[in-house]
Amino acid sequence: MSVFDGLKFRRVSSPIHNLDPRIKFVYVIVIFIAAILFGEILPLIALFLLQIPFVLLARVQRQWLRSLRGATFLAMFIFIVNIATKFFTAGYILSATDIEFSAAMTLRFVVLVESFSVFFLTTSPDHLGLALEQTHVPYEFSFAFTTAVRFVPVLAEEAQTIMDAQKARGLELEKGNFLKRIRNYVPVLIPLIVSAIRRSLELAEAMESRAWGATKKRTNLYALKLHRGDLALLALTVCILVSSIYVRFYFVVPTLVQLF
Amino acid sequence: MIEVEDVHFFYSNQVEALKGVSLTIKNGEFLAIMGQNGAGKTTLIKHFNGLLKPSQGKVRIDGVDTRKTSIATLARNVGFVFQNPDHQLFCETVEEEISFALKNFGFEAEAIEKRTDWALNLLGLTQYRKTSPFLLSGGERKRVALASVLAWDPEALILDEPTIGQDYRQKEKLRQFIVQMQSQGKTVVIVTHDVEFVAECNPRVLLMKEGRIIADGEGKDILTDPEALANSSIVLPQVAQIFTYLSSLGFPKNIIDVYEAKAIILKALEEGRE
Amino acid sequence: MAVIETKDLSYTYPGASRPSISGVSITVEKGEFVLITGPSGCGKTTLCRCFNGLIPHFYQGELQGEITVASMDVTKHQTHEMAKHVGLVFQNPENQLFALSIEKDVAFGLENLGLGREEMRKRVDWALNLTDIYNLRERSPHEVSGGQQQRVAIASVLAMQPEIIVLDEPTSFLDPISAEKIFDVIYELNKRLGVTVVLVEHRLDLTAKYAGHIVIMDEGKVCFDGDPRKILGAEETRLIGVGIPKATLLYQLLKKEGVNLSSITPLSSRELAESLEGVLQNHDRS
Repeated sequence: MSVFDGLKFRRVSSPIHNLDPRIKFVYVIVIFIAAILFGEILPLIALFLLQIPFVLLARVQRQWLRSLRGATFLAMFIFIVNIATKFFTAGYILSATDIEFSAAMTLRFVVLVESFSVFFLTTSPDHLGLALEQTHVPYEFSFAFTTAVRFVPVLAEEAQTIMDAQKARGLELEKGNFLKRIRNYVPVLIPLIVSAIRRSLELAEAMESRAWGATKKRTNLYALKLHRGDLALLALTVCILVSSIYVRFYFVVPTLVQLF
Repeated sequence: MIEVEDVHFFYSNQVEALKGVSLTIKNGEFLAIMGQNGAGKTTLIKHFNGLLKPSQGKVRIDGVDTRKTSIATLARNVGFVFQNPDHQLFCETVEEEISFALKNFGFEAEAIEKRTDWALNLLGLTQYRKTSPFLLSGGERKRVALASVLAWDPEALILDEPTIGQDYRQKEKLRQFIVQMQSQGKTVVIVTHDVEFVAECNPRVLLMKEGRIIADGEGKDILTDPEALANSSIVLPQVAQIFTYLSSLGFPKNIIDVYEAKAIILKALEEGRE
Repeated sequence: MAVIETKDLSYTYPGASRPSISGVSITVEKGEFVLITGPSGCGKTTLCRCFNGLIPHFYQGELQGEITVASMDVTKHQTHEMAKHVGLVFQNPENQLFALSIEKDVAFGLENLGLGREEMRKRVDWALNLTDIYNLRERSPHEVSGGQQQRVAIASVLAMQPEIIVLDEPTSFLDPISAEKIFDVIYELNKRLGVTVVLVEHRLDLTAKYAGHIVIMDEGKVCFDGDPRKILGAEETRLIGVGIPKATLLYQLLKKEGVNLSSITPLSSRELAESLEGVLQNHDRS
């Protein structure tokens, strides 16, 4: 569960939290592109270090480190697979370059995961929903998204209540072999699903009763406006994109091995 | 039958829901637990069948410490009917629904059949035996949930908010049902907001606030105690309200039953005439 | 002027063998506070759904007879058109709030109607203030109590400024004090703003005193329709299984014993107390 902690929004007031989610998202995509563009470790280290000021400014260090820990397992796996591939295909020898390459691949994975982690840690679901609405994504989708997020805690509570109710009738969820344990969850799943269906019906009634579908041009109470911070981030993003492309095509990036 | 000794309970988010609750419920008692939302009523009753175990203190059911017993074992003696029957119903027929717990508790096939028949009969559901519980009305589903708990004949019955959404007739039937259960020696505990319902039943009443018991006594005394009312989200029963307005005329303040009220007023008029 | 008028209205849900309501003919005048009550299954919820077009448009099924609401034939206008004139508040507080903040929820209907941002802001603030939840506007619906959630639901309906508000057992899940707060809000809306209120409720002890018009249904049909004092004072009403206010019951019992109480049936404990005080003091004097 610690991995998921790294993706859950934390309600803190920081300059990063207040940035426009659309710009943040573009920034994350650009980091993504830059990470893909380079297979060498030096630029990847630079990209990784670039996250840190954001994390510190947003004061989400603890959660971010937790998601790093969660990613370690997969990262190790990637490292070992790369090392093994190099080892066997190069005739049972392992050069320093190979190790560096594997480390780079691992770091690329980490950079991708971490940039998304920072995004989700600093963007509230309302903000996300709002961004979706304003970027002309069809309203049905952003509505489905925000409603789903809104009801996650409700459904979680309900699942707990249902489990309690069935335990009170003698259901023992932990008993039995693997197959029996799966079957034990039927008395929990069915009421949960039926309840979800009933809830959807009631929600649909309420939506209709509040003029859903009255006009195709839906308006919005809030509006996302770009501020100076957003423009600064946008400028930074563009710089990163341009310089990455430039370096990729016009320079040869040295490896650590070559430097030392 | 149920002993609660200085129980403290903390939820996983460090909220202290019960702050030193002590209580004894004897066999065959009828108890109503009332209080604001968040006072700890539901938290308390979940300790009675082991769904929750105390963080500090002890809960004993028939002398057995709940922390040392499984929920299934405790549930065998303490039947818990949740507020929303839809949180329990999942079988294809009412019959299966009622026999679900019996199967869990390891009853023999013959006993299962007998008890299912008995429970269906008791709650007037025999005609729905082979019906899908999802096709029944709200009130009928509540009865199915109740039948499925009664089927295993627990010594104690706990009902969480049994009167929500019920009309007058249904509440009357529920009240008579509780009286019937009591006459069979069962212990009945209900958690409710419904002051008028409690007024009609006049059980022992426990008032809770912020994780503590703030009052414990006879229904007519607790429901008409102004201090108790000020401290919880219950209102004075209508009959008592009438007598509060007439307090200057020297009437007793703890009247909650309509017929008792009638008798008292008639007597006062008789005396006035003399 | 009638804002709701039905003539011989009958409705059968799709797949049902019997109609849920049959032959319902009622009239609701502008500015009235109408109480609709009756035992479970009597058709009150079905009738509510007819007022804003959920029946027949959302539920399909067979609707017979005539129904006119806010001068519109419901069968000929979509629910989203009716929504501008009739608001519907449902029983379960949690399942009528969708947004992640309360003020966005209150704005939901207005956003659907395509209102401009300034006008929306004005109406949202107005509705939040009327229901006394302005300080909760940035909270998430899940964080607040059931009673507060219902006030959000009422605010979100109010924001659309309908002439009629229909509430289907809005306090079922609430404790008595929260329920009273809701009824106070609704009563204020009726008195101050002249909004026509149609309230479906079981808890007559809390609500009978507000209503100027009562409709009692049983098994899909209207049994009684008119002055609450006359109807709730009558013996027959009790026999259907309607829980009349205790004060009214006590009044009936005393009257049967020959006590000379006023001929106006009391609907609340205060009214009965005042009546009793008069009688008792007279006796003391004589």
